[in-house]
This record gives sequence, structure tokens and C-alpha cells, in this order.
Amino acid sequence: MSAVDAAALTAWVREFARLVHEQRDALTQLDAAIGDADHGANLDRGMTAAVAALEATPSDDPAAVLKTVATTLIKTVGGASGPLYGTFFLRAAGALDGDDGRALATAVRAGYDGVVARGKAERGDKTMLDALGPACDALDEALGSGKPLGEALGAAAEAAAAGRDATEPLVARKGRASYLGERSAGHVDPGAASSTLLVQAAATALAGEG
Amino acid sequence: MKKLINDPADVVPEALRGLALAHPELRVDHENRVVLRADAPVRGKVGLVSGGGSGHEPMHAGFVGMGMLDAACAGEVFTSPVPDQVVAATRGVDGGAGVLHIVKNYTGDVMNFEMAAELVAAEADTEVVAVVTDDDVAVQDSLYTAGRRGVGVTVLVEKLAGAAAEEGRPLAQVADIAKRVNANGRSMGMALTSCTVPAAGRPTFDLPDDEMEIGIGIHGEPGRRRVPLAPAREVAEMLLEPVLADLDMTGGDGVIAFVNGMGGTPLLELYLMYAEVVAVLEKAGVGVARNLVGSYMTSLDMAGCSVTLLKADDELLRLWDAPVRTPSLRWGA
Repeated sequence: MSAVDAAALTAWVREFARLVHEQRDALTQLDAAIGDADHGANLDRGMTAAVAALEATPSDDPAAVLKTVATTLIKTVGGASGPLYGTFFLRAAGALDGDDGRALATAVRAGYDGVVARGKAERGDKTMLDALGPACDALDEALGSGKPLGEALGAAAEAAAAGRDATEPLVARKGRASYLGERSAGHVDPGAASSTLLVQAAATALAGEG
Repeated sequence: MKKLINDPADVVPEALRGLALAHPELRVDHENRVVLRADAPVRGKVGLVSGGGSGHEPMHAGFVGMGMLDAACAGEVFTSPVPDQVVAATRGVDGGAGVLHIVKNYTGDVMNFEMAAELVAAEADTEVVAVVTDDDVAVQDSLYTAGRRGVGVTVLVEKLAGAAAEEGRPLAQVADIAKRVNANGRSMGMALTSCTVPAAGRPTFDLPDDEMEIGIGIHGEPGRRRVPLAPAREVAEMLLEPVLADLDMTGGDGVIAFVNGMGGTPLLELYLMYAEVVAVLEKAGVGVARNLVGSYMTSLDMAGCSVTLLKADDELLRLWDAPVRTPSLRWGA
């Protein structure tokens, strides 16, 4: 049986980078509505650099792969998404212990907790947590009921997308969109949208692993 | 999009190249995108570091020099600098008396400066104090927002804290001045047009010819409300009403009044606005002790302005009058 090893995690990162690049303008448009029109460009720059860093220094150590992504994002993205996505991958790297689905779920949960701590936000604030949180819950639940990783990640991706869509009517309480007050309602949060891509990338790239 | 650029991806490094050529009195670290005083670090002087997204020029790099900032970190357009940049700037200006970080209250800026301060603390014995500016009355300051934005008062903090540092005052006192300026300053801005982020290629928001946005920030983010276009004298009232309601500006030694252009508004209109601002202040019984009129904290090509009032005292006025020599603010030196 294959495993959630360094190669699999690298494939996840590559797929996320591909999706971010493909959705770059859509993410920027979401950000233009309630933020400052740079989310797609910034994350695309960061993930392109992360893929380049993984190519420059390939590793067999799964945690090292996640850590390289983390430090690259922190060094290149800036804004709020650099520290937040960087913290996600950094904490996930620190918590990764093993190469099965459970280990991945534990790492992703640690990454989520890191984003909560760094951003001082909670679910319902109209942020990336609204996609990542439900995704973590769905992943844990599916693995807990004995589903294979591919199926569990599929459920996580669906939960992330539902969480993303549910940000539309919310009034933002964190980040730049919160400056708009009530006017932030009626738009999907760009951070929740990019976080959904992260989970969808996992579902695509890791479907056959663990 | 019509802009004097080559490739949208290269706007910031190419602008820094021009800044370095235009101002040999500054030192530009192109790798880290940090602009420093050529004589940094100044021995025994508190170092002042600020920074933020690009697109607000002349803030911050235009305020690097004697009597103001020691270093400025240039992020991507409207994107805060990354921790490594702030670490490089902090190291570069540490003259042994500690370093003050002046941070505008935006989620990304605060997080990146915090991470930088943690990195500096882990590696060196440089003392770093951060002061966060949050003077924008357009934003509700509550548990339910990221807090008020740092806008116009940031320029005044950089000038006044910079003057205090130049006098050789210790870090705690320089930080106190910065906090006092922020606590006594309030701002409100408006836009006649959106701005166009080079990488986005089109205006951030659509604003019809007969409407304006009240309560905008400096990143092309929409404001609190959209209203019909009005004459300048009514705009002055709309901007000053919430400022004066938020903080009593009467009494004392008067205010420093700052009318700031957002990048796409001519000085002709800014002076006209300043006259309207003074008229409103006279009616409100607020005396103007000093003023600053011009485009100092911009939002790319946005047309519009912001008004900042700082309730001043003897000490702040003396620090305001102290010599300053930077590319974009200079007097007495």
C-alpha cells in the first residue's frame, strides 16, 4: 500500500500551487470585493516559490517538505496570508508523525490550530478557518468511521466547499474585510476560497495514498 | 490599465532601483527591499523602522533620513513586508539604543512585524518595541473588527518620534511619543475614484461618476458608505464630523491639521480642501497650530483625500518644528 510520504505531500503541494495559479484571478476578484485585490497574486507567487524550493532541495522527509513550504510562504507572501498559510504548514510539519491518513489528519488539525492562534480568529469570522475547520472535522470523522483516506479527503473537500459557500452571508469580523462592516456580507471570503483549494488539492493528490 | 511600468511583477524592485539612483543619501538593500539611512546604524540613537505594502509612496521610504525613519521595508503592492525584511531592517539600524517598529494596524502588517520581532528576540539582544497606529475613525473599533486602520497619523508618528530619537532620547520615551501621537490623532478619508493595483490590472472597485466613497482606507478597499458627489465644503464637513465627534480637539495648543492626497488628486484641490477644513475647524472652535498639505500617504492612483487631526501640545509642536531631511519631508536642515 502506498503512503502519505514525502512524494505524496510534494504532489499535494504541487496540486495546490496548480489550483491557486489556475484560480488566481478568481481569488483576486473575490478579494477586490471585500479586501484589497491581491490574494490571488500573492498566494500564486508564494506557491510558485514553494514548488521551486521543493525542486531545488528535494527531501525524503515528509515533515521537511511541509517545513520548506512553510518557510518559503513566510519569506515570500507577506500580507496576512503569508504568516497564516506559513503557520499552517509549519505546525503541520511539527505534528506530522507517521505516513498514514491518521497522521495526516493530526498534522492538518495542528496546522488549523496554528492558524487560529496566529490570526486570533474563530469560525464564523468569515476567514479561511470557515473552510479549514469543517474540513478537519470531516476528515477526522470519516477516518474515525473507518473510511479510506481518499474517501475521507473527498468528504473534507466537500465540507471545505460548503464552509466556503457559507461565508457569503457572513459579516466579516477579522481581516481587511471587517473594515466594511455590514457591506462585507454577500461575498465569499477569499481566504476560505483558497483554503478550499488546499483541501481539494489534497483530495486529488492523496486519493490513492495511506 | 495604463501605467508607467514594464511588468506588473517588477514594479516594486524597479521603483526601488529608481529611488536609489535619485537619492544617493539613502542606502537601498535590494535583496531585502529595505531602504536605510546611509549613515545607519547611528550609534546611541534609537532606530526607527517602519514599512508596509508598496503603493503608498512617499510613505514609508520617502521618510527615511535625518529626523524621521532609519529604515523602511517595502512589501509588494498593498502587501505587508515579510518578516525577513523587517529583521534585516532592524539589524541594519540597531545603534545600541534599541529599535522602534512603527506598524499600521492591518492584520498582515501586525502579524509580519510580530514574527520579525520574535525572530530578532531569538537571535540578538536588540531591544524592540512596536507601536501600532490605528487612527481611522471610519472603522468601528470593537471586538468584531480587526480594529481601526492605521492611516494618516502614521506620517505624524514617524516625524515626531523620529525627532525625539534624533534628540537622543531613550527607546521608552521615543515609544511613548509615538503612542501619544497615535492616541491623540484621528483620521477620515474619502475617494472619488478607485485605484488600480498593477497585478490586478483593473480598478479595485467601480465608482460611478456622480458618487463618492466615504470612509475608505489606503488599499482601495471600499469605504463604509457610498454617497452622491458633493462640493468640497460638504466633503470637509463629512470627514471632520466623525473625527471631532471621536476626540475633543478644542483647547490645548491647537491641532496639527494634515490634508493628505490619495495619489490621484492635484495639489490645487488639496489646498482648496485645506481651506474648507480650516473653515470647519474655526466653526468648531479648533485652532490650527501647524499643518501639512500634500500627497504623503497614497493609495496608488486613487483620487480623494484624507484629513488627520492631531491634538498637539508644546512638546509635540517643538518636535514637529525640529529639523527633518528625507526625500519627501524636509525642513530646517
